[in-house]
Amino acid sequence: MALTQHRSAGKTGERAAPVRKPRRPASQGRLAALLLLPSAVVVFGIILYPIGRTVLISFFDVNSAVAGSTPFVGLHNYTAIFSDSDFWSSMGRTVYFTVLSTALELLFGLGLALLMEQKLRMRWLFRAVVVLPWALPTVVNGAMWRGVLNAQYGSLNALLTQLHLTSAYHSWLGTPTSALNMLVLADVWKTTPLVAFFLLTGLQSIPKEIYESARVDGAGPVRAFWSITAPLLIPSVSVVLVLRTIDAFKVFDLVYVLTGGGPANGTQTIAYYTYVQAFSDQRFGFGSALADVIVVCILLLCAVYLRALRRNETSLM
Amino acid sequence: MKPGKRFQIFTHCAALLVAAVILAPFAWMVTASVTPPAALTARPYRWIPSHLDFSRYSAIFSGSGQDVAGAFRKSIINSTVVASGTVIISMAVGILGAYAFAMLRFRFRRATMMVFLATYMLPPIALLVPLYLTMSALGLLDTDLGLIIIYCSYVTPFVLWILSNYFLSIPAELEEAARVDGCSRMGALFRVILPAARPGLFATIMFAFILAWDEFLYALIFTSTNAKTIPVAIADFTGRYSTDFGLVAAGGLIASVPPVLLAVAFQRFVVGGLSAGAVKG
Repeated sequence: MALTQHRSAGKTGERAAPVRKPRRPASQGRLAALLLLPSAVVVFGIILYPIGRTVLISFFDVNSAVAGSTPFVGLHNYTAIFSDSDFWSSMGRTVYFTVLSTALELLFGLGLALLMEQKLRMRWLFRAVVVLPWALPTVVNGAMWRGVLNAQYGSLNALLTQLHLTSAYHSWLGTPTSALNMLVLADVWKTTPLVAFFLLTGLQSIPKEIYESARVDGAGPVRAFWSITAPLLIPSVSVVLVLRTIDAFKVFDLVYVLTGGGPANGTQTIAYYTYVQAFSDQRFGFGSALADVIVVCILLLCAVYLRALRRNETSLM
Repeated sequence: MKPGKRFQIFTHCAALLVAAVILAPFAWMVTASVTPPAALTARPYRWIPSHLDFSRYSAIFSGSGQDVAGAFRKSIINSTVVASGTVIISMAVGILGAYAFAMLRFRFRRATMMVFLATYMLPPIALLVPLYLTMSALGLLDTDLGLIIIYCSYVTPFVLWILSNYFLSIPAELEEAARVDGCSRMGALFRVILPAARPGLFATIMFAFILAWDEFLYALIFTSTNAKTIPVAIADFTGRYSTDFGLVAAGGLIASVPPVLLAVAFQRFVVGGLSAGAVKG
């Protein structure tokens, strides 16, 4: 509907071609600025200054342990980061967590979306159940899994032993690799519904007539999925992929509550490492430099995605 | 018709399986919150407690003002104040901005939208140190107001995004008709657009509330005693009462009541809200 409005606006602009600035858009620009001003104040008033100052601080050795002395150290904090083995290992963990959880969430989310689209009895009830993990606060999700996975009283251990699948209680959060995978598990449990709801809206926007005509042409459900659903779902999948990767890359709350970065720093992600450096160890300069590295990584991610998306768009046309 | 029936059985079994996987850990948290501490660690574990123990809930709700329970109750009030304040402010400024994005033609419209969205991609950790210094200089550390100001800056872009796409889905003729009848632009917004976008408004309020209720990192750094929010209180619980999971579970369940009720009540809007957001992403 909005498209028709835009199109007609464009048309009047064309008709008034000799006059370079049509009167209406000009007055709309002023009104738009006025209407956007409050949002801009609220958002940029709070964000621009800190971002600038984070960059600035990263060039100084700001360390609250040595009060009053904040020598300028140039790029030293940045060079220190790249020769810091803790930085590289936490980066590696973050990439592992991001790739694995995003991939699993897409896979399960797609399955769940396809399921939610079917004619199910009491579909409203099913959807109300599916919405639950998404609505559960992240910190509560972390606390819940900490209980489920606990080595002494955890319900997972109780369940597995009572079903005779294992004979002894496991320490799920006891080794670095296992704990990192449990972090993925907790994230996948919480976020798959969100991904599913996203993809469900994509599915619902595909016109049903396409499936009808495909069926008339003799295409089975599998064929219909690969030649209709999959290509038409690409835009939704792309949006989910961008949002989830960026979110997973920033993971902090879950780490804080579920594992506290341990054991042996085995679940220390890059955001958590930055938090520890800046606030526990009070190395503000080094922490700020780390934060800037995260920002650059996320900007790079965005750039890569934008390029890929644009290529996709043209290939679809 | 036979394969169709088999497919129906398959989808219903799959739905049951999914529901079980979703509900199992949650259900255990519910039962653990009313299982006596000794029974929680018993082996073999009894899934249904022999008697219900509501002592943790009563401790949280009737404990004196000075202890952990009192602090927890205070954090519920803080979270309610902060989330409500954030929703009110970001909806107020967001409705105006979303109208501009959806209904007005102006230069750099798409670019402006992208700049707003880009702020959403920034990791909060990158803003923490300078915000901490600013907040402390302004005397806003450990205050509800300080948190509301910060939360508005990250909830507002979200409101702009979802709401402008909702407004876009309203037929332009509706607004044009109102303006032909003599409505000003703002008159049309409040008399025509907002009533027509009511489901979208509900969905956006829900998303904004959950975002603000859920936030953890800023609250962790910027609050200590007075303005502590509920996620921080839960994190305190998990650290301190690792031996009594029941207490953590009870606190966690109380913290989950508002967002879960909102989401379940408005779940049919979740799909609409996300699709509105996804269209222009």
